Amino acid sequence: MKRELIPSLILTIVCILFFSGIYPVVMWCIAQAAPNKGEGFTIKDSNGKYYYENIGQKFTDDKYFWSRPSAVGYNAAGSGGSNKGPDNPDYLVQVQAAIDTFMAHNPGISKADIPSDMVTASGSGLDPHISAQGAEIQVARISKVRGLDKSKVAALVKEHIDGPMYGMGPERINVLKLNIALDNLK
Amino acid sequence: MYPQIFGVVVMFVATLLLAVPLGRYIAKVYGGQRVWTDFIFKPIEKLFFKVSRIDPAIEMGWKQSLVALLTINLIWFLWAMFCLMNQSWLPLNPDHNANMTPDLAWNTAISFLVNCNLQDYSGETGVSYFSQVYALMFLQFVSAGTGMAAAAVVFNALKDRTTENLGNFYIYFLKSCTRILLPLCMLIATIHLFEGTPMTFKGIDTLTSVQGDTMHVSRGPVAAFVAIKHVGTNGGGFFGANSAHPFENPTYLSNIVQMIAQLLIPFAMMFAFGFYCNKKRLAWVFWCVMTTGFLILVVPTIIAEVQGNPYIAHMGISQPGGNMEGKEIRFGAIASAFWSIATTVISTGSVNAMHDSFMPVSGMNMLLGMMINSFYGGVGVGFLNFFIYVILAVFIGGLMVGRTPEFGGKKIEAREMKIAMIIALFHPFLILAGTAVASYLAAHDTNMGWWFADAAGKHNASGWFNNPSHHGFSEMLYQYTSSSANNGSGFEGLADNNPFWNISTGIVLLFSRFLPIIGPVAIAGLLAGKKFIPASSGTLKTDTGTFGMLVFAVKVIIAALAFFPALALGPIAEWMKMH
Repeated sequence: MKRELIPSLILTIVCILFFSGIYPVVMWCIAQAAPNKGEGFTIKDSNGKYYYENIGQKFTDDKYFWSRPSAVGYNAAGSGGSNKGPDNPDYLVQVQAAIDTFMAHNPGISKADIPSDMVTASGSGLDPHISAQGAEIQVARISKVRGLDKSKVAALVKEHIDGPMYGMGPERINVLKLNIALDNLK
Repeated sequence: MYPQIFGVVVMFVATLLLAVPLGRYIAKVYGGQRVWTDFIFKPIEKLFFKVSRIDPAIEMGWKQSLVALLTINLIWFLWAMFCLMNQSWLPLNPDHNANMTPDLAWNTAISFLVNCNLQDYSGETGVSYFSQVYALMFLQFVSAGTGMAAAAVVFNALKDRTTENLGNFYIYFLKSCTRILLPLCMLIATIHLFEGTPMTFKGIDTLTSVQGDTMHVSRGPVAAFVAIKHVGTNGGGFFGANSAHPFENPTYLSNIVQMIAQLLIPFAMMFAFGFYCNKKRLAWVFWCVMTTGFLILVVPTIIAEVQGNPYIAHMGISQPGGNMEGKEIRFGAIASAFWSIATTVISTGSVNAMHDSFMPVSGMNMLLGMMINSFYGGVGVGFLNFFIYVILAVFIGGLMVGRTPEFGGKKIEAREMKIAMIIALFHPFLILAGTAVASYLAAHDTNMGWWFADAAGKHNASGWFNNPSHHGFSEMLYQYTSSSANNGSGFEGLADNNPFWNISTGIVLLFSRFLPIIGPVAIAGLLAGKKFIPASSGTLKTDTGTFGMLVFAVKVIIAALAFFPALALGPIAEWMKMH
C-alpha cells in the first residue's frame, strides 16, 4: 500500500485538474455558442419580460390555463415530487380534493373528461407541460372569464400542441407559451 | 400510445447498434492497440504517468492491482470529505450553501466513491458548484473508471493462457476515463446544451412569473455533470429531482440521449469482453441472458404504468396518460416506466419520474432489478457481478454432467467457489439485515435520540416513512437494496438525511462495492495462474443457449429464495390489497 500511495496521490491531483478543471471549462466555452449562452432557454412576453421556457410556472388564476399540481409550488430554487404511494389514504384524499377544486372552477365539464395529469403532481414539481386534453377541458372557463370566442381559444390551444418528436413520445402543451399567447389574443 | 412505444423501441435498438462498435473500440483500448483517439490523449496520458512516477510498462498481479485500486479510492474519499465539509468557504458557491454535516458528508462521499450516488441531500441547497464539479463529478469519472479497470483486469485474466501478469491497473483506469468516458461525455453534454440544459456558474435567478408571483430558478454547470452521470452509470443528479428536472432533462430527445448514454457502456463492456478474449459467441450468450431478464422486468412495468392507478380510476376521472403521479408530461408513462427498469438493472439510479409513486408491480420489478444486479449492471461492475453467477452456473452444470467444472479452459476449484458463494450471498445479507433492523426500529416506534429526528423534531422511528403500511416497508427495503446494489435511486419519500440512514447505508455501500470487486478479480487472478486445458469432447460448453439458460436459472433461483419473503411483505401485499 505504501508503494502505491505517492503515485496514487499525484495521479489523483492531475485527474482532478483534468476532469474537474479542464472538461467543465471546455463545455462552458461550447455553451457560449448555445442559445442564451447556456444559462437556460428564455422567452419574452409582449412587454419584454423574460421567463425560462422549460421551467413551469404556477398558474392558479382563472384567466390562465392552469399548470399541474406541484409538490414544491413551482419554486425552482428546489425540485421534487410528492413521493406519495399509490394506495396512501392521505394522498387519495388530496387527489379527490384537487378534482373537486377543478370541478368547482370549471362548471359544466364532465368529471370523466378530466385527465389525471391535471390532478397529480409531477416528478420535478416544475413540469412546464400539460396534456392536450388538460388544456381543452379549460377552454370553456377561459373563454367565459376573458369574454373571448370559444372557438378562438380552442384554436389557440390546438396551435400550441407539440406533437411527438419524429413520431416518438407524447403530445404536450407548454403552459407558459400558451398563456403568453393567450394574453396577446384580442 | 404508439408514438410512446416507438420511442422506447428506438432507444433500445439504437443502444445495441452503437454498443457493438464501441465494444470493439474498448477491446482495442484495453489491448493497447492503436485507436483514433491516440493523437490527442496519448501525450496527455504519458505526461500524467510521468508526473505520477508510474511506469506503465510494469505489469501487475491481481493482488497488486487490488492494492492500487483500494489505495487510490481511499485518497478520493478523503478529498471528497474535505470538499463537502468545507464548501461554505471554498470558491464557486454563489448561493451560499452551508457545509455538510459529518454524517451526510460520509454518506455522500462514499456514495459517489462507490458509483452509487444515493443522495440524501438536494443539489440546489445541499452542495456548492465547487463540490458538484470538484468532488462529485470528479468521483463520477473515477469511480466509473475504477469499475471498468477492474473488469479489464478480469478480461485479461480470462484469456486462453497461463500468467500472473494482468496488465497495469493505472493504465486501465486512466484509459477508461480518457479514452472511453470523456469523449462520450463531451458529445452528450454538447447535445444537452442545445436542448436547453444550462452550463453556467451563475447562481439562482429571481424573476416575476406571468401571474405575478416571485420565483427563484436554480441553475449551474449542469450539462457537463449530466453527461458523466449517465455515461458512468453514476446516476447522481445535479438537481434534487434528478432527470425529472426540466433543466437536467429538458426534452424527449435529451431523454433518449440520456437513456442511450446509460445503457451504452454496460452493453459495450459485454461485447468488449467478446472481442478482447476472442469469445464473441459467449459474449452474445451473456448479452441475451441479460436482455431476457431485462424484458421480463420492463414489459409488466410498462403495462402497469399505462393502466394507471385503480383508486384514481374509481374517482371517476380518466387516465389517458396512465399513472401520472410523479411523472413528467414530456416523457409520458411508457418512457418513464422503461427508464425506471433500465436505471435499476444497470446501476445508474438516476430517475426521470419518482419511483415512490409507481404501481406496486413496477416497484417490485425495480427492486428485483437491483436484487439481481447483473442484468447488464453498472459500468464494469455489471460484468463482474455476472461473472460470479457464471462461476456458480459452471459449477452446478459441471456437477450435473459429472465433470470437473471448467471455465475458459481453467478448472474451478473449492477456493474459487467459496469466494463466489460469499459474494453471491453477501448481497442479500446486507439488504435483508439492514431492512430487518430498520423495520424492527420502526415497528417498535423506537425513540432514536440523536440518530433520527423528523421534520417536526420528533425522534420516533416510524417518522421516517412518507407512506404507511406495506408501501412504507417497501421504502426501507428499497433504500437498502439500492445501497447494496450501488444503484442510488430511492423511494424518495423516506426521510433519509439523518445519522441513522446516512451511516447505516454508508456502511452497506462500502461493503457492497469493494467485496464484489475484490471477489471476481481474485477468482479471475487465481484462474489465470492455472494450467490451460484445451477444450475436449467432455468439456461443458459455455457459449451455448443451454448454458445461457442455466445462468439465468441460477440467478432466478438465488433471487427468489433470498428475496421472495421480503417482496411478499412489500409490493406483493400492496398489489393484493389494491386488486
